[in-house]
Amino acid sequence: MDKPYNNKAWLFVIPVFILVALSAIIPIMTVVNYSFQDTFGNNQFFWAGTEWFQDVLRSDRFWNALGRNLIFSLIILSIEIPLGIAIALTMPKKGIWVPVCLVLMALPLLIPWNVVGTIWQIFGRADIGLLGYALDQIGIEYNYASNVFDAWATIILMDVWHWTSLVVLLCYAGLVSIPEAYYQAAKIDGASKWSVFRYIQLPKIRGVLIIAFLLRFMDSFMIYTEPFVLTGGGPGNSTTFMSIDLVKQAIGQFDLGPAAAMSLVYQLIVLTICYVFFTVMSNVGVDKPDARVED
Amino acid sequence: MLELRSVSKKVGRDWHIKDVSMTLEKGSVNILLGPTLSGKTSLMRLMAGLDRPTSGEILMNGTDVVGMPVQKRNVAMVYQQFINYPAMTVYENIASPMRVAGVDKATIERRVREAADLMKLTPYLERTPLNLSGGQQQRTALARALVKDAELVLLDEPLANLDYKLREELRVELPKIFAETGAIFVYATTEPQEALLLGGKTATLNEGLVTQFDDTIDVYNRPSDLLTAQTFSDPPMNVLPVRKSGAEFVFNTSRFDVPASLSGLRDEEYTIGARPHHMSLQPPTGKSMKLDCKVSTTEITGSESFIHLQSEGIHMVALMHGVHRVGIGDSLPAYLDADNLFVFDRNGSLVFAPGSNGHG
Amino acid sequence: MASITLDKLAHSYLPNPQSDADFALKELDYKWEDGGAYALLGPSGCGKTTLLNIISGLLVPSKGHIRFDGQDVTHLQPEERNIAQVFQFPVIYDTMTVRQNLAFPLINRHVPQDEITKRVKDMIDVLDLSDKADRKARGLTADEKQKISLGRGLVRYDVNAILFDEPLTVIDPHMKWQLRTKLKDLHRQLGHTMIYVTHDQTEALTFADKVVVMYEGEVVQIGTPEELFNEPAHTFVGYFIGSPGMNVIPCEIDGKTARVGDIQIELSDGYSLAGSKTELGIRPEFVSLSSDKSGLPVRIETVENIGRFKIVRANLQGHTINALLKENEEVPVDPTMTFEPSRINVYQNSHLVRVGA
Repeated sequence: MDKPYNNKAWLFVIPVFILVALSAIIPIMTVVNYSFQDTFGNNQFFWAGTEWFQDVLRSDRFWNALGRNLIFSLIILSIEIPLGIAIALTMPKKGIWVPVCLVLMALPLLIPWNVVGTIWQIFGRADIGLLGYALDQIGIEYNYASNVFDAWATIILMDVWHWTSLVVLLCYAGLVSIPEAYYQAAKIDGASKWSVFRYIQLPKIRGVLIIAFLLRFMDSFMIYTEPFVLTGGGPGNSTTFMSIDLVKQAIGQFDLGPAAAMSLVYQLIVLTICYVFFTVMSNVGVDKPDARVED
Repeated sequence: MLELRSVSKKVGRDWHIKDVSMTLEKGSVNILLGPTLSGKTSLMRLMAGLDRPTSGEILMNGTDVVGMPVQKRNVAMVYQQFINYPAMTVYENIASPMRVAGVDKATIERRVREAADLMKLTPYLERTPLNLSGGQQQRTALARALVKDAELVLLDEPLANLDYKLREELRVELPKIFAETGAIFVYATTEPQEALLLGGKTATLNEGLVTQFDDTIDVYNRPSDLLTAQTFSDPPMNVLPVRKSGAEFVFNTSRFDVPASLSGLRDEEYTIGARPHHMSLQPPTGKSMKLDCKVSTTEITGSESFIHLQSEGIHMVALMHGVHRVGIGDSLPAYLDADNLFVFDRNGSLVFAPGSNGHG
Repeated sequence: MASITLDKLAHSYLPNPQSDADFALKELDYKWEDGGAYALLGPSGCGKTTLLNIISGLLVPSKGHIRFDGQDVTHLQPEERNIAQVFQFPVIYDTMTVRQNLAFPLINRHVPQDEITKRVKDMIDVLDLSDKADRKARGLTADEKQKISLGRGLVRYDVNAILFDEPLTVIDPHMKWQLRTKLKDLHRQLGHTMIYVTHDQTEALTFADKVVVMYEGEVVQIGTPEELFNEPAHTFVGYFIGSPGMNVIPCEIDGKTARVGDIQIELSDGYSLAGSKTELGIRPEFVSLSSDKSGLPVRIETVENIGRFKIVRANLQGHTINALLKENEEVPVDPTMTFEPSRINVYQNSHLVRVGA
């Protein structure tokens, strides 16, 4: 929509512009700068060209971390999306329980991320944690600090607990907006519950599902706080995701150049995958007006 | 006075409005008539200054509308969905534009009461919109538009969501209200009947083009082309593709004598248009063109009958007074009143319009 | 196909209805014959959608029973009643093609595949959707989608009745026209009982054999379009049907004469109606204007030209009367009004007084 042209509008943009410049643009440009140079952060720069990028792309460390991220995201998505949809389907659409359910669903999302990590860290301890203690009592060996499988299982469980609600709320909003007439028509058509889901509900929540997918993918791919608090990247580097690795390199080892390069590569990967995802998902099932469907 | 000069609007790759030029006089009622998506709403938004045209100018009393800031634009708009402030009473709703303009309390009180009286809302002034019926809500929206004392009032199919009978009633009231304020009224509708009932001037729109802009009854009686004639016809005009050959019109295997009034036409291909009420199963008193048809359906409203006929692949409708029961599938002759035929040439332009009805 | 019987049916949306006013649908006793085309006509809030939902099973009535072919279905779910419903906006399965949409109800009922193919093909032909049969339903126009909605109901074997809830609401005016005719055609061809809810009298009158006129939860009159036009049983019916509606004039009846203000109007029969509110009703179609001195003098207020006729609003003794003029007729000089005596209806307390009753 074209609004009338008014130069005064620029004045409103300036404060935001400054803020974004300081908190985003300048730091990003700094990183780009560092990625092409060798420095110890003491303002002495030696041109390194693409050396860091080549290093990153050749290092096993990088590819392992990337692999961990991809596997993690895949697992997360395959659990959270179906689970989220399932929960949203069972939530009531009308009546007194609606606000109660919505609040319950919203609670995990409101907890600060490092607190989430801490909660689960304590939760999983064999001595004072409910989960750890219970598992210990039934004789299951569980130690997220030393056992790789346990560490992964705990992180996944923690993420599911934390974030499935987002998927639930998004899907619920989509479901609630489906007019009653569709369900009535399905009833009259004699459709089974599965048919109703497949042919009415799923298509209608496609838009929100795409958003849920993208959000969960991006967030899970960039995960940092919770695993850092829980396992610190251990045991060994079994839960060292790219973000954790990045921080280790940049702040721990002070390898600013390689860290910056890795950071940029990381960002590019996220952007590319998101773009592909989005394009594919938006076009799934969409017909150009003259397209035919083979029977 | 609102002037549009070669206004066009492109959205994405589509032209929503194509080269529209028109002048709307102060105190006039102007109707935008056309099917959905023909550009009526786009045109209204351009007139209000809410959208900027891709090319062309829109001038209100000589000043370019687009450059004007919102407060200075003196426009009121009423939509299809009754839009009212849900938390305010009817009184407050109607008063709101005046409060924003800083009008004094006494004037507000007087004007609100006047508008409410006009719109028959006086008993409902203390209710909130949710406690009103659809008709009452729309009247509130209309009252709010009226008190604004705007120079330009735009109504976008305001009666479309109302019951049939309610629509009828409001249609009778609206022209009276229009007359009182002296603003420029622009009214969008898809129904030809509404255009005729409201009078004023009509612009027929089709796919972003204004095909004709004239006094309503003139557009009805002398549509400039086939497209306009069909836009302005409900039920749709019967069209018959014919070829003139000397003193005869040839339509597939049927032949008709050319009526005297049309004898001056060249021997070419034409489209003949006849409104359904000029087609009958009984021969009219004057001259007529006889067509052999088969009855496909009949619809009887109690006072009128719509007889659907098929003739050599063309579907036509005869609208007759009274109740006429005919058998489905019967082969019957149908008569087109020769005094009331429109003739359009190969390109759809009007070649001849019957002059016997309405003022010429 | 089935006959539908409404047995002392009433409905209230309130849990504890106290008085008549609490009922959205007041007590109704009626039988609809098999295979007929019926319309439920009335303004918003008159109860027609409530009644439709009770018939389809989407609503269980607070009182009374509903029977299909004698069998009590009051508490049966919609899918058990074998009805089909077309809603105000097209309800289709977006991801399926037209063909798949139409096949869906049959697949759910485990009809053999070759039967399905045949029935679906027939339905596509009947609905004129052959060239779009394999397109995704989502890309079609509103009227085509409504046809699919309808088709899903018609394609089934076991349909008792087809219910329409203001189905032409979202359709463009000139497509409305075509779809309306199509529905009528389909009724004729397939013979299902069809019940059509609307507030548009043209839709109701052109579609139905019998129209049920409703007002504020009550059935005011049930009749053929002609009956409703010629003998409205209630002034509301007179007003609601006809465009413009019937003229209703308060008067005093004295034998064969009606007195309105200073003038007298002759009636075709004698009435003896004491006291109560009496009115006479006459449709604009039967009011003529001329310069005939023997007519009733009137003052013309407005003339509206709507193309095929003109509506003249005239003032007679302080009452506004509508009359119709043919398209090439002009308003006479010194106009007087005449009412066709046989077309004058007399109303007492808004109800029609039948002669001889």
